Amino acid sequence: MALLRDKAPDWAPDRTRVRTALFVAVLALLLFDVLRRLLGESLAPSLLTGYLWDGLVFGLVIGLAGVGLSLTYDLLGFANFAHGDYISVSAFVGWGSTYLIAGLGSFDPLNLFFLGVGDTVFPRDVGVSVTNTPGAILVGLVVAAVGGAAVALLFDRFVYRSMRKSGAIALLIASVGVAFTLRFMLVFLFTQDSFGLTVGAWAYELPFPGGTVNISAPELLLVTVAGVSMVCVHLLLTRTKLGKAMRAMSANRDLARVTGIPSERVVTATWLVGGALAGLAGFMIALFQGTVNYQLGWTLLLLVFAGVIMGGIGSVYGAIAGGVLIGLVTRVSQVWIPASFAEAVGFAVMIAVLLTRPSGIFGGDSL
Amino acid sequence: MSERTADPIGRRLPDPLAAYWARDIVKIFGTLGVVYALYLFVGFLLGYDLFGQLNSLRRLTFLIVVYGIAALVVNLHWGYAGLFNIGVVGFMAIGVYTATILSRPVAGQNPTGSLPGFGWPLALAVVAGVLAAAAAGYVAALPSLRLRDDYFAIVTLAFAEIVRITFKSSELQELTLFGWTFGTGGGRGIRTFSNPVRDFFATTGQPVVAAVEGLGLDGQVVPDWSYVLVLLAVLVGTYWLIARLSASPFGRVLKGIRDDEEATQSLAKRTASFKIRAFVIGCAILGLLGIVWQGTSSGYITPGRFLPELTFFIWIAVIIGGAGSNTGTVVGSILFVGLVLEGPAQVRRVVDEFVGLSGSAPTFPDALSALGGGNIDPVLLYVFDQTSALRVVLTGLVLIWLLKRRPQGLFGDRREVASSIDLEGRVASRRRDRTETAQGGDAD
Amino acid sequence: MSRPPEADATDGDGATAASTDAEADPILSVDGVGKTFGGVTALDGVSFDVEPETLTGLIGPNGAGKSTTFNVISGAIEPDTGRVRFDGEDITGWAPHETSSRGLVRTFQIAREFETMTVLENMMLPPENQGGEAAWRAILPGVRDGVKEDEEELFERAWEMLEFFDIDHLALEEAGTLSGGQRKLLELARALMLDPEVLLLDEPFAGVNPSLEQDLLDRLEDLRDRGRTFLLVEHDMDLIMEHCERVIVMHQGRTLVTGSPDEVRSEERVIEAYLGGEVA
Repeated sequence: MALLRDKAPDWAPDRTRVRTALFVAVLALLLFDVLRRLLGESLAPSLLTGYLWDGLVFGLVIGLAGVGLSLTYDLLGFANFAHGDYISVSAFVGWGSTYLIAGLGSFDPLNLFFLGVGDTVFPRDVGVSVTNTPGAILVGLVVAAVGGAAVALLFDRFVYRSMRKSGAIALLIASVGVAFTLRFMLVFLFTQDSFGLTVGAWAYELPFPGGTVNISAPELLLVTVAGVSMVCVHLLLTRTKLGKAMRAMSANRDLARVTGIPSERVVTATWLVGGALAGLAGFMIALFQGTVNYQLGWTLLLLVFAGVIMGGIGSVYGAIAGGVLIGLVTRVSQVWIPASFAEAVGFAVMIAVLLTRPSGIFGGDSL
Repeated sequence: MSERTADPIGRRLPDPLAAYWARDIVKIFGTLGVVYALYLFVGFLLGYDLFGQLNSLRRLTFLIVVYGIAALVVNLHWGYAGLFNIGVVGFMAIGVYTATILSRPVAGQNPTGSLPGFGWPLALAVVAGVLAAAAAGYVAALPSLRLRDDYFAIVTLAFAEIVRITFKSSELQELTLFGWTFGTGGGRGIRTFSNPVRDFFATTGQPVVAAVEGLGLDGQVVPDWSYVLVLLAVLVGTYWLIARLSASPFGRVLKGIRDDEEATQSLAKRTASFKIRAFVIGCAILGLLGIVWQGTSSGYITPGRFLPELTFFIWIAVIIGGAGSNTGTVVGSILFVGLVLEGPAQVRRVVDEFVGLSGSAPTFPDALSALGGGNIDPVLLYVFDQTSALRVVLTGLVLIWLLKRRPQGLFGDRREVASSIDLEGRVASRRRDRTETAQGGDAD
Repeated sequence: MSRPPEADATDGDGATAASTDAEADPILSVDGVGKTFGGVTALDGVSFDVEPETLTGLIGPNGAGKSTTFNVISGAIEPDTGRVRFDGEDITGWAPHETSSRGLVRTFQIAREFETMTVLENMMLPPENQGGEAAWRAILPGVRDGVKEDEEELFERAWEMLEFFDIDHLALEEAGTLSGGQRKLLELARALMLDPEVLLLDEPFAGVNPSLEQDLLDRLEDLRDRGRTFLLVEHDMDLIMEHCERVIVMHQGRTLVTGSPDEVRSEERVIEAYLGGEVA
């Protein structure tokens, strides 16, 4: 009977403190091992710096995508599994527009917009890159943001809106339905192929002991876009009436409704902001990887969830920080673990966070 | 007991038929009959011969059976214990990979395929696969039981993806540990064991095949159908097991947990123990299913067979039928496989046969430009070429529609009383006794 | 049916501390229990004893910490400080399934029936040591016959209990379709299936219509006379004063007064606490 008693005896130290101590110990051990490897020259400083840079850039995309997921998760109370596919759809729409602008006049517009599906147009023919065709890239970026916002709003209107009073699980299952609908509409339109997108762009080789670290124009653009959007979101949340209403509502939905904050308008605004950020993230991740396919967002989704949960659901800054952390974890873990496990490590870290600190690692009481 | 079932079919039937419809067996075989008839009709339209018809029904039955097994497990997890497991494929993968790796011949004596293994006899390897899936279920669920439903869902999905990534990784493709060489085959996959049913008909059972061939049929029909019958036995066994489990004090506590876990706890039930047992039992069945389904379909398994799509399909079957009802789950599997999963391809075959479509459209832009030129045929052709993508879209739409219109599923409001005895009968007899005593009549 | 409260209690000027009744050992005693949630103090040294075979009322204005006290006693919440003793055993921090298994069963403020299960299933769930709760027994042919026999017995018990509460006509209804009052009855009947020594009832009469309420009270008193102990949270002061032998008043997370209804009634601080809560 008493075997599985869920109670700590008096002498047992506080569970939270044990966990924190354990966490710090593991972290210290890993840091120590990194130092040992660096000094023992089994790990080149350039390699480690490369991991860090790569992880930061990747993490920023995850963080960008996470803001919308975190906001809607908190506000509407359900995990939107379609968020990843908002990312994919916007990536396709955005890159289609980029191709359309860059190749207009020389190729058939339809083939351009569909990224040359069926081998009608090749990336090297269009020659898109951040440095070659900055205008087309910027247009694509904007279209992706608009596309993401539109998709998010559309599905809120047709699916989620009438289900506001359903439970979190019904909404979650519905979002899975939306996710698969969107994903396979992409397959219908673009097939399951992967599309190469860009030609080589300018890159700077930063010399470092043991080699160089590549800092490319797309990466710099990505960091800039991520930085600018985050500042914008911060200003929106702190300076505008709408943003304050959004924060108030996420703090206490019922109270906000009583005090007369127009909740549907806030919900709409949240979808718009979240969708637009997902769109930006979709365009940027495709740029970062140089390819796009229908699984782009889906593969990202669990990592985005990981970032959001680490940062604490509902926290914008937490989502960004969590995203960066997940990005770093997936890359730096390659010091010890083969690259093919990068995602698995991210998922494992997320599971660990869910089990130990489901309210996120940056704040809030554990459990 | 005169109460009418509230499912949409029962409601529309005239009274005498509705009474029949209320019986589980009629519901299952009635639905199956209708779907069979539809397929036979399509086969007739397409001019299939007997072998063609048998083959078309075999494929249909095969899918219904395997989806039915998986859906019953999801119903045990979600419909009864309230455990939102969306990592179903992960446990199937663990089952079949374990059985495969253990049963591959030892290095140096492998006739087929290149990857060696441990050379276990198949039966033992299957048992080990089932146990491995159960153990994985235990490991995945034990720490997660306290989590909210949506977190539990994310954990199980992440778990399944970790499993898939692990089997896919090139590092584990082939390795040598303590003198044993084995591996997962990485992204290229691994050759599984040979199917004992087929082996039987290739050797001892050969006369049966020959006899059937003597009737002018393709002999292939014998091992094919025999294997489907074996799977059917697994389905019946699973149904029997889960139905007994849910109609018992054990199932009663699970239902209590689903309705209100805290209240169940304050009625002296250690809910965590019930949840973990239900979860592990389900995972063991999933492990077996992975072996008998994925392990035998093509003699080859790759990580690509264990994508989240498959979990999604299984869930839809449950949701169509209505979580919480075992009968509903089986009927849901029949409807899902017959209409949603395989239906679009059937429609396409019929249209291909009877509507002469000309032209071609390898890509969507091609189809669009043809449409711009006033020619609709290429668009239709393109749509038909993309049936496999569109059926997932259709599945998604069906799911959304169901959740908005009938979230309890088609049969979800059907009552399956959790007791090992017939409570309705007992209550009725009590009431009868009372009226009879009141009337001074003799009691039964 | 009102019984005159037995006025054998000690005087209540001991205030926040538990009254020192010398007559019987308390079956349940709460001693200095404190609990804070994220900086907000919900319980700030709650202490009281519950005598066996009594109806004891726990009253207090909204937010006094009555439900939190119930949660601590039943094990849903672990207290920061203080101890809970039940029948001579320290049960502080026990899990809900352990306290209820030990003989201390609670009901909830808003009835928590198993809504998709029939009334009868609700009733048959709680009893302990059901062989059929082991999965293999529920499945294996042969062994399952034993389970069936248990189920027959259980059905008899559940049926008797339903008859006792006069809700046997609802036996096959889904619990979620019952009226609020019927749910309260069901929850009480269900808790009794565990044969508890002490029942913690959180507002058992809320939403119950007056005629049913009287009915329910009669049944509680009947059960009390058969040796059970009740601790009930209730808003209706008159009801408590009329039917309980002892009353515990809570205010702002503390026990204010403990004593017989008459003593409590005459205690000025109780009136202040109630009025103060409204004025300020």
